[in-house]
Amino acid sequence: MSELTSLTIAEARSRLKRKEFSALELTEAHLSAMERARHLNAYITETADLARERAKESDKRLAAGEGRPMEGIPLGIKDLFCTEGVQTTAASRILEGFSPPYESTVSQKLRDAGTVMLGKLNLDEFAMGSANITSAFGPVKNPWTPQGRKAELVPGGSSGGSAAATAAHLCMGATGTDTGGSIRQPASFCGLVGVKPTYGRCSRWGVVAFASSLDQAGPITRNVRDAAIMLKAMCGYDAKDSTSANLAVPDFEAVLGQGVKGLRIGIPKEYRPDGLNAEVNALWNQGIDWLEKAGATIVDISLPHTQYALPTYYIVAPAEASSNLARYDGVRFGLRVPGKSLDDMYAKTRATGFGAEVKRRIMIGTYVLSAGYYDAYYVKAQKVRALIMRDFNEAFEKVDAILTPTAPSAAFGINDKIDTITMYLNDVFTVPASLAGIPGASVPAGYTTEGLPLGLQVLTKRWDEETLFRVCQSLEDAAGFKGLGPL
Amino acid sequence: MSPTFSIDTATVRRIATLARIEVTDAELSTWAEQLSGIMGWIEQLKEVNTDGVAPMSGGTDLKLTLRPDVVTDGDMVDQVLANATEAQDGFFTVPKMVE
Repeated sequence: MSELTSLTIAEARSRLKRKEFSALELTEAHLSAMERARHLNAYITETADLARERAKESDKRLAAGEGRPMEGIPLGIKDLFCTEGVQTTAASRILEGFSPPYESTVSQKLRDAGTVMLGKLNLDEFAMGSANITSAFGPVKNPWTPQGRKAELVPGGSSGGSAAATAAHLCMGATGTDTGGSIRQPASFCGLVGVKPTYGRCSRWGVVAFASSLDQAGPITRNVRDAAIMLKAMCGYDAKDSTSANLAVPDFEAVLGQGVKGLRIGIPKEYRPDGLNAEVNALWNQGIDWLEKAGATIVDISLPHTQYALPTYYIVAPAEASSNLARYDGVRFGLRVPGKSLDDMYAKTRATGFGAEVKRRIMIGTYVLSAGYYDAYYVKAQKVRALIMRDFNEAFEKVDAILTPTAPSAAFGINDKIDTITMYLNDVFTVPASLAGIPGASVPAGYTTEGLPLGLQVLTKRWDEETLFRVCQSLEDAAGFKGLGPL
Repeated sequence: MSPTFSIDTATVRRIATLARIEVTDAELSTWAEQLSGIMGWIEQLKEVNTDGVAPMSGGTDLKLTLRPDVVTDGDMVDQVLANATEAQDGFFTVPKMVE
């Protein structure tokens, strides 16, 4: 049934409506693909029975002509979204045994749109990482392999399971979350489309929190149209998230054919540092050329505080994380390691339950928030963050969208020795947009000489995902990128 | 990276206590080295002139909305306790704190 797993969401949607196959058949095809591809370690939990149950429900609705917008479409859900009655781990030992009695707003919206959850996808522990190697459930393998040498590659992170599963056709699309690049960078590493919408588009309610002023959910799919379909189903106002935007959700799919004629595309000079990877640089130039040929006007711009975005992020995000992760105390849910006193129990539970990267970020966050350092680090970072946002606001007075590379390289090896700060540098091009709260997307645009995918990033101003999707579609049309087929 | 930035082991111990993460004596110097490296790299923010800049404290430019101060949820003790390692008579239990 590999024919069924090769379909796009848009194709499956119309063929299900025409009853060329059933939702159950579509789900079964994906469940067997998942079984065959367990070596990728993309799923932490497979929910086959639940998936069959929901697919049957979809078939009933389709038979009655009452199909919802994504009726019967099988998806993977990043294991950071709480799912009712289904183990939710955040890829951490500290949430061992946690089964939420509630459903996150985003995954509930996807259920209400008729989608079928296939399982919970692997990620970096608490979404902290850029290679999916910090998961307590082991690393995820990228289904892409380099030509001419033997190597197992990372899928990127933190939404590494989401990207690997979508690329390998183990789901038709997946939810991701992006705090500093965790949707866009794995999309680039796996040859996929990844969209981080404007902060506030998708409710954060029921998503395990990492850094609340940055966290934002979004789709990872195999093409731009599928991302538009899926994002529409995911976003919308939610009274349970105080930062959720009470704005109408546009029909992102409706703008896809509009092209980029007349749009002004900004090219920020700060994203072309000395020593930028030559293949990444060449692909960026190619993307500029494509958009110009499609009728866009190219404008050189400057975002002067770009180089400070990453250190700013590594104050703001750990500070918020140290506060958010204070709730893991061994009392109310998850792991408990006994101790001599209450404090001792907290300290032992947290020492055992958190992995090294999570501890590192909690320690940094605790330090920058501690007495005597708060103004020097945390408030300073909040001020630089304001300057980064101001850079973008000024740029968007001159341009409609910005084009940059998504990541400084293609996927690297699972066993490569990479020091902490070099790992953090993976997000150098994605973090500025996260800090500014603006929407960003990665579109697969080309390959390295080893045949590995590379993505380009599109950014627009807040709430302008429609222009974002127009530019993404134009790049996709020009690139003619071919992803992997079913394994 | 600033070679001069240094977090000593006493500071690591203080941070670990505040963060409620048990750190063994053997781990202290590794932590000191790692945290010094990251904080040294972050030091570059000091170059940025932020005089008169208002700190950006959240991710959105929208006004936070208020809702009526009424109970909208609750009365689900069993569900709330369902994931606890130890619970008794409708309460979470913790090690004895007061002798």
